Amino acid sequence: MKLLKTTWHHIRRSPYQAFAVIFIMMQTFFVMSFFSFIIYGSSKVIAYFESVPQVTAFFKTDAKQEDITMLQDNLKQNSKVATLDFVSKQEGLQIYREQNKDDPLLLELVTADVLPAALKVSAVDIADLPQISEFMQNSPIVDRVIFQKDIIKNLTSWTDALRKIGTVVITVLALDTILVMVIVLSIRISQKRDEIEIMRLLGATNWYVRWPFIYEGVFYGITGAVIGWVLASGMLLYATPFLSEFLKGVPLLPVSPLLLLYLLGSEVLLAIFLGSFASFLAVFRYLK
Amino acid sequence: MIKLENVTKAFGSGSIGLSDISLHVEAGEFVFLVGPTGSGKTTLFKLLIRETLPTKGSIHIGDWDIIKLPKSKIPVLRKKIGVVFQNLKLLVDRTIFENIVLPLEFTGVKPEEAKKKVEEVMEMVGITPHRNKFPVQLSGGELQRAAIARSLVLSPDILLADEPTGNLDPATSKDIIKLLVDINDKGTTIIMATHNMDIVNSMSKRVIGLEKGKVMRDEKKGKYEAT
Repeated sequence: MKLLKTTWHHIRRSPYQAFAVIFIMMQTFFVMSFFSFIIYGSSKVIAYFESVPQVTAFFKTDAKQEDITMLQDNLKQNSKVATLDFVSKQEGLQIYREQNKDDPLLLELVTADVLPAALKVSAVDIADLPQISEFMQNSPIVDRVIFQKDIIKNLTSWTDALRKIGTVVITVLALDTILVMVIVLSIRISQKRDEIEIMRLLGATNWYVRWPFIYEGVFYGITGAVIGWVLASGMLLYATPFLSEFLKGVPLLPVSPLLLLYLLGSEVLLAIFLGSFASFLAVFRYLK
Repeated sequence: MIKLENVTKAFGSGSIGLSDISLHVEAGEFVFLVGPTGSGKTTLFKLLIRETLPTKGSIHIGDWDIIKLPKSKIPVLRKKIGVVFQNLKLLVDRTIFENIVLPLEFTGVKPEEAKKKVEEVMEMVGITPHRNKFPVQLSGGELQRAAIARSLVLSPDILLADEPTGNLDPATSKDIIKLLVDINDKGTTIIMATHNMDIVNSMSKRVIGLEKGKVMRDEKKGKYEAT
């Protein structure tokens, strides 16, 4: 308790130095939270696109039902196919009406005859997607085939790039944070050199002298991490209505509070590590 | 209790702090250490609290071999020896109470017990009214008393006082010496370095005279100058 009081005493004595360290720690954890949200969100979006029927074949309007059934039977026997979902012309019209219910003009122009029947196929493995697509494309009753491969490929490469950029940025910021903290704590130790010397002459152990500086580093770490997390989470919550509209259909938002708390817990643990590591560096360099 | 055998302390600059001195101080003794500036009085104190190591010789305090003492035991040694430093070494940003309680905090004494002990020594040295003042608010004599109180708070077996009456007027000096004699009467061994001729001459205590790092005389009931 006394050591904690001494730590608080140190912090209060030089508030600007304390502010500088907390500010840079906050930046690090704000950026870390920000990238965590982006990487989590993009992986969810990829998972969504991977889970929806991946190949959709539109039949020619004159395709006969028995030919369609035969194609379905062939696909059912294919071990690479996970699910099949047939959408008849009538069902297609209902979907069209639902999607355009606010536009009577569009509803008037379209009837079931002009809409093609479709077959939605999902693969067991995303890598089999081109083969399934090709198989259906070769069928004489299929007009055209669309699948999500390109979307997923793009998203995956974006997520990989973001993960790499995030790792580099966070590493650089963490190194900055450690350096700034070592410098500030070294200044603190220099300022208290006489006091430390007196305490040692009176019988203080090395650890009695060191602990307040180490607690100080941990305090900066935790405070910076919590502020960074609060800012990033606040921004995410603020942007949730807009993002939900943008990502319509993707089950991503709102982000679970449990997930946010899990992120906070991880960041606080990392902050304790960063804070104590920087403090130990300073203390062992200047308080041998 | 304190035994120095052929102790020499040479500094990196080549100057000699102490040269081949041997001393024995028994438990409960009151010893004056006299000699001109630079004669080695402070160096001797520094050796006794392991602030520095001798170049040659051996130092024993009780059962402790000070030279072979592991670094981890130095704080334990320093808690057993109270020191009133020449420049007092009070922490300027702490109150008198906080300064005195410091050694008790190092030892992990419970706050209530520590408070009681501090109040006891403050009462003994007569600075209770100044407990919440900062060092800058006290006179020279009051600061000396505060430093003495801090050196006594762990009830040490030995008290080293480095010129505790250095800048004090004669009346205050007498008060400080009376205080030290009272402490000595309770069984604490005291070694006091001083330039105060009147005090040494009026006390009839053991006097060790140092000059250029050597023991020039050691008299059971000595005077400031050689008899």
